Amino acid sequence: MELYLYIALFAPLVSSLFAALFTATPKKMFTGVVASLLIISAFVSSTILLVHILTGGEIVHVELMTWMATGGLYIPFGFVVDQVSVTMMMVVTLVSSVVHVYSVGYMDHDKGFNRFFSYLSAFVFSMMVLVMSDNFAGLFIGWEGVGLCSWLLIGFWYHKESATWAANEAFIMNRIADLGMLIGLFLVYWNTGTLQYDEAFAAMPSLDTDILTWMGIFLFIGAMGKSAQFPLHTWLADAMEGPTPVSALIHAATMVTAGVYLVVRANPLFDLIPHVGLFIASLGAFVAMFAASMALVNRDMKRIIAYSTLSQLGYMFVAAGLGAYWIALFHLMAHAFFKALLFLGAGNVMHAMHDELDPFKMGGLKKPMKWTFIMMTLASVALAGIYPFAGFFSKDLILEVAFAQHHFILYAVLLFTAGLTAFYSFRLVALIFHGEERYKLFGIHPHEAYKFMLIGMSPLLILAIIAGSFKMTYFEMVTAVLPDTEYHIHSHLVFWIMTIGTQLFVGLSILYAYKKYANNKITVPDGTSKMENSFAYKMLFNQYYIPYIYEEYLVKPYRELSTVFWEQIDLKIVDASVDGIAGIVYGTGEKTRDMQSGNLSTMLKWMVAGTIGLLSLAVVFGLAARYSDEIKAILSGLGV
Amino acid sequence: MMEIGLNHYLALSAILFAIGLVGVMRRKNLLLLFLATEILLNSVNIAFAAISHYYGDLTGQMFAFFVIAIAASEVAVGLGLLIVWHKRHGNIDLDKMSTMKG
Amino acid sequence: MFEAIAFYLFAFLTISMFYIAVTTSQALYALSALAAGMMFISAFFFILGADFLGAVQIIVYSGAVMALYAFGMMFFDTTREVKEKQSNKMIIVGLSLLSAFLVVVIFAAPLVSSNITALYPIVEGAGNTQEVGMVLFTKYLVPFEVAAIMLLVAMISGIVLAGKKMDLSLTLMSDAQVEEFRDEQNKKVLL
Repeated sequence: MELYLYIALFAPLVSSLFAALFTATPKKMFTGVVASLLIISAFVSSTILLVHILTGGEIVHVELMTWMATGGLYIPFGFVVDQVSVTMMMVVTLVSSVVHVYSVGYMDHDKGFNRFFSYLSAFVFSMMVLVMSDNFAGLFIGWEGVGLCSWLLIGFWYHKESATWAANEAFIMNRIADLGMLIGLFLVYWNTGTLQYDEAFAAMPSLDTDILTWMGIFLFIGAMGKSAQFPLHTWLADAMEGPTPVSALIHAATMVTAGVYLVVRANPLFDLIPHVGLFIASLGAFVAMFAASMALVNRDMKRIIAYSTLSQLGYMFVAAGLGAYWIALFHLMAHAFFKALLFLGAGNVMHAMHDELDPFKMGGLKKPMKWTFIMMTLASVALAGIYPFAGFFSKDLILEVAFAQHHFILYAVLLFTAGLTAFYSFRLVALIFHGEERYKLFGIHPHEAYKFMLIGMSPLLILAIIAGSFKMTYFEMVTAVLPDTEYHIHSHLVFWIMTIGTQLFVGLSILYAYKKYANNKITVPDGTSKMENSFAYKMLFNQYYIPYIYEEYLVKPYRELSTVFWEQIDLKIVDASVDGIAGIVYGTGEKTRDMQSGNLSTMLKWMVAGTIGLLSLAVVFGLAARYSDEIKAILSGLGV
Repeated sequence: MMEIGLNHYLALSAILFAIGLVGVMRRKNLLLLFLATEILLNSVNIAFAAISHYYGDLTGQMFAFFVIAIAASEVAVGLGLLIVWHKRHGNIDLDKMSTMKG
Repeated sequence: MFEAIAFYLFAFLTISMFYIAVTTSQALYALSALAAGMMFISAFFFILGADFLGAVQIIVYSGAVMALYAFGMMFFDTTREVKEKQSNKMIIVGLSLLSAFLVVVIFAAPLVSSNITALYPIVEGAGNTQEVGMVLFTKYLVPFEVAAIMLLVAMISGIVLAGKKMDLSLTLMSDAQVEEFRDEQNKKVLL
């Protein structure tokens, strides 16, 4: 069993290093093929491990080697495969395999083909380290690794100014959050004396609630950066500058879920501080509605899907905050499938429409792109939470949890957001695939994606449909480590009213979206219509002006401050002192160079000076010898 | 002050030595530099003779005698070299003789 | 008392003469001052009872060495004023004062010596010259001979360094060759 752990962990690394050999050469097909095969082998190993854990096998725990053993601090490179991590492993490797196969086709005409696979596999490796590590330090290594690979991949087309800016924004925002995470880690170590999960969590119940609150808050700040919660959310929408497979892998299924994974993994801690959990849940609900509202009017296809991800992350945090960790993880899994599918489908559309992103300029694409149409529609249905697709089981569970714990405000917000989710998802689908063929105005000839790409996307489609049926198996497996809280609505009637009501509400939103956008009267908005100039529209379209606020009030003053520091302090003080020392040395050399000038007169003067020096030494020593007794008396009087 | 002792002669010798040093440091004309060297030698001779007188030992005078002999031969050879230099370079200015630079 | 007067008089004279020799800008004055200084130093030797040394000082220094310098001065045409520029006068003044002070301090310190026995004691009765002769030709014979050889070498080197047309020897040439030699010289002079 350890063998499968090593394969799952290191196959992506091997793939990344192999592709890295070819980064400077033009596209070679076999790098993509080999990379995909290695990731698929990691997926197969993960599945074997999953089966092993499901059938009651014991947890696989290995310690590769010691990283640090200094004083009281002991940190090994240890990896554990337990129920939670095997779920994550399966999700990560599955989505990565699909994305790798897809990218072979998507990045077909790109010059950086080999480099892309190197970065992508490196990301998978970092994510595997993150989910498989058995201590906080290994988690942090993976944390930073995925941040780095995300930066590399968002800024993949580094010649584009906007791409590099977005990559920097993502990395810097993550880094700010990582400071909080580090403080949390320090608090954990300081108070429990270890960073291993099992030992730290065993020691926590005996700690003071204040300390635990701070720990939880700081660790959550780290999760906020990674999972793009408010106010560190602006990077996720801008991260769409990267290639679409990157968005599918990183910003739908894996990296952004690392925050949720952290909260789920640290569930013993968050169980002890339910007030922090409530705050997490409230923030999650706020983000859910906030993101959904911005997606309502957006005109960038990938951004709509990105806001949708943000919104669903909010759902996951609501579940985790309210203590329903297994539901959060379940939603994470289901969401990964249909969101990745949505992104990949959007990638197909982008390629077909020559990188056009405005859905208003598309339309009626269901005829030339039949399969993409089917996949995206089914994925949207799953996202909206219609029975019997995967989304229903996970999202409805979250709504039940909120209701059963009597957090009715949270419930109302989540219900309203579900309606918004359905609306904007189907707005997108309707604009792209239905109605009149507006793309003909722009002279574009779309065609379907390669067959193998569609075949590669199919596992996601199947899972998006049937994943709900795994709920009970999953529940039994994962509650070995997670609290097995089941949430029962007291009365059966209320339960059925809730469920049917939710479905009706969602269905009505879908129909309304279709009515508004799937007709032949849609034109490309050009900024003159009444709706576009209304206050609400402007607020939503400009993302509540938050990026503008950040730019004006945070970035610009900081840049001024940095310039001051550079010019006044670094140049004038630090550089001047270093140059000054060099200047002194140089000047001394210049002066003493005169000793060797070859001028006899100078040499004679130096000779006299030397003689005087020696003579004065003789005088001093003579006096000391002559009056040594008196000198000793004086020195002893001074106390030396 | 009336009684002249060894110290007086030694002080005189030291002062003359210092004057010789001034000359050595100051002169840029080589011939005049040699003149200053003669002053140095003479001051030392006074010291030798004085010590010899006040300790009743003839060694000092002998030494002074040999110093005179050496000084004479030194002058001869030095002037010969100076003549050769002057034939080659046309001047005997110390500032212009810097072939040993570096 | 006379000794004191003589000492201070000659000391003053010597110091002033040597000072002139060192600081004047005219070479002729420097030479003359040096010669005068040498004479006054021989006076010291006579005061100290070293008659032979005083006489030797006059003959050798004031006579031979000063003559050599005079010839050298004529050769180099240093009667003109010598332009001397000093980069930094203060260095010289400072150094010289310091050196004077140090040497005086060292020499004028009370000599702490209790057991100095004379190696070659002065014999009362005989004159200084005889004593010098006795010591010089018995104990210091080898240094004396070596000094003689050294003087010989110096003399030869002086001739070699300063001589012209050293490869021709007038005494070894026959009469006809000497005539030829003279004619060439005259031609050069006339032309």
